[in-house]
Amino acid sequence: MVKIGTNSFVIVAIVSSFIGAVTCIQTADNLVSPLVPLSVIGTICRDMTLLELAPTFTCVVLAGKVGSNLAGEIGSMRITEQIDAIDVMGINSSSYLILPKIIAACIMIPALCILSAFLSLMGGYMVGVFGDVITTVDFVTGLRTGFRPFNVFFALLKSLVFAFLISTIASYKGYYTYGGALEIGQASTKAVTNSVIAVLFADLVLAQVLI
Amino acid sequence: MIEVVNIKKSFDGRQILDGVSCKFEDSNNSLVIGASGTGKSVLLKCMVGLIKPDEGDVFYDGRSLFNSPTKEVKKLRREMGMLFQGGALFDSFTVAQNVKFPLDMLVAEMAESEKNDQVLHCLERVGLEQAAKKKPSEISGGMKKRVGIARAIVMNPKYLFCDEPNSGLDPMTSIKIDELISEITDEYKITTVVVTHDMNSVMGIGEYVMFLYNGKKEWEGDSKTILYAESQPLKDFVFASKIMEGLL
Repeated sequence: MVKIGTNSFVIVAIVSSFIGAVTCIQTADNLVSPLVPLSVIGTICRDMTLLELAPTFTCVVLAGKVGSNLAGEIGSMRITEQIDAIDVMGINSSSYLILPKIIAACIMIPALCILSAFLSLMGGYMVGVFGDVITTVDFVTGLRTGFRPFNVFFALLKSLVFAFLISTIASYKGYYTYGGALEIGQASTKAVTNSVIAVLFADLVLAQVLI
Repeated sequence: MIEVVNIKKSFDGRQILDGVSCKFEDSNNSLVIGASGTGKSVLLKCMVGLIKPDEGDVFYDGRSLFNSPTKEVKKLRREMGMLFQGGALFDSFTVAQNVKFPLDMLVAEMAESEKNDQVLHCLERVGLEQAAKKKPSEISGGMKKRVGIARAIVMNPKYLFCDEPNSGLDPMTSIKIDELISEITDEYKITTVVVTHDMNSVMGIGEYVMFLYNGKKEWEGDSKTILYAESQPLKDFVFASKIMEGLL
């Protein structure tokens, strides 16, 4: 949990804050009509954050960080015969090594997505207010206008699915690494690319099915 | 007794083991020797079930490794201890945690204090009680092998397998490891199978020696007769070192 969750806190915080800030600035820049109220910036920031940026963007980042870490760790255990040692003892090495990682990912990644959503909105708010793009009242009004609680559930569901995909794909790639140091690197790379593709594909399917 | 019956294994169309059969007697130090690439480690991995052979079976006191129910195989595996070539110690654990790992995972009914005593006993047996709190990255190659031996014997196994226990070690440490394996075999009355290409080990602890050549059993005997064997591939292997010629 520490490796997957706590150690990813900083990168998720940085990415989310900046993405939220940029979303706010770009949305404001595109709102040129005086007929559209400024509070729409808050609404767009909220929906973009909840529906896409917090779960998907965070998980793409985590696919890189956590995915390569898991594949590298399990891969090096395979290469150095540590997994064989577990198997010889009569212990199910996949259950012992992979299952806790999947459970940890399924708990910590949704938690990181909640954090990401909060920091992303905070980033948007800070830049909007301190950059004289929008007032606090407008931003908060925008956040509250037309709020659908389902979107929060949708974001959490997405992050849970993505967490499962990232942890299983990375663990699989690591577990079936054979060769040496070069193959560990290749396994990590494959784990990241395959996880990212799987996350984006699952994103499309979930959006199609649930929205 | 361990009985290997007609083991065949190929990888990508290349025959690595071609019908190997042999018997490893109880309380003996049995050595499987041969040049690199002759299938020694593959045979050992087939014997412990890490690799499933294409044909053949391995019997442990009459119990089949590959044709028994999963529950029986699990039980059988708990009677095995294995020392891997590089030690295969868990990097994130201390030496003591590495040795204790099988007890933690497989022995629920033992009290924590009993487990700690058992770990200490095994570490004392291999002379590493002072390194208990060190991480594998902080100890030498020879010490890693000794920790591997301690972990292999912590469950009081009936069968001990060692994959090239001397690889990467200086001659003095190699001899110490060989002596330790031999002493443990006698002390615990276990059936030990050592895969090696070190002739010092053969002459030092080889009670039964099997020579593999091109995936087949080329010769079997003991350390006393190996120097007078007729097999040309064996002669080439044994007398590759000029020192061995001096023993004739």
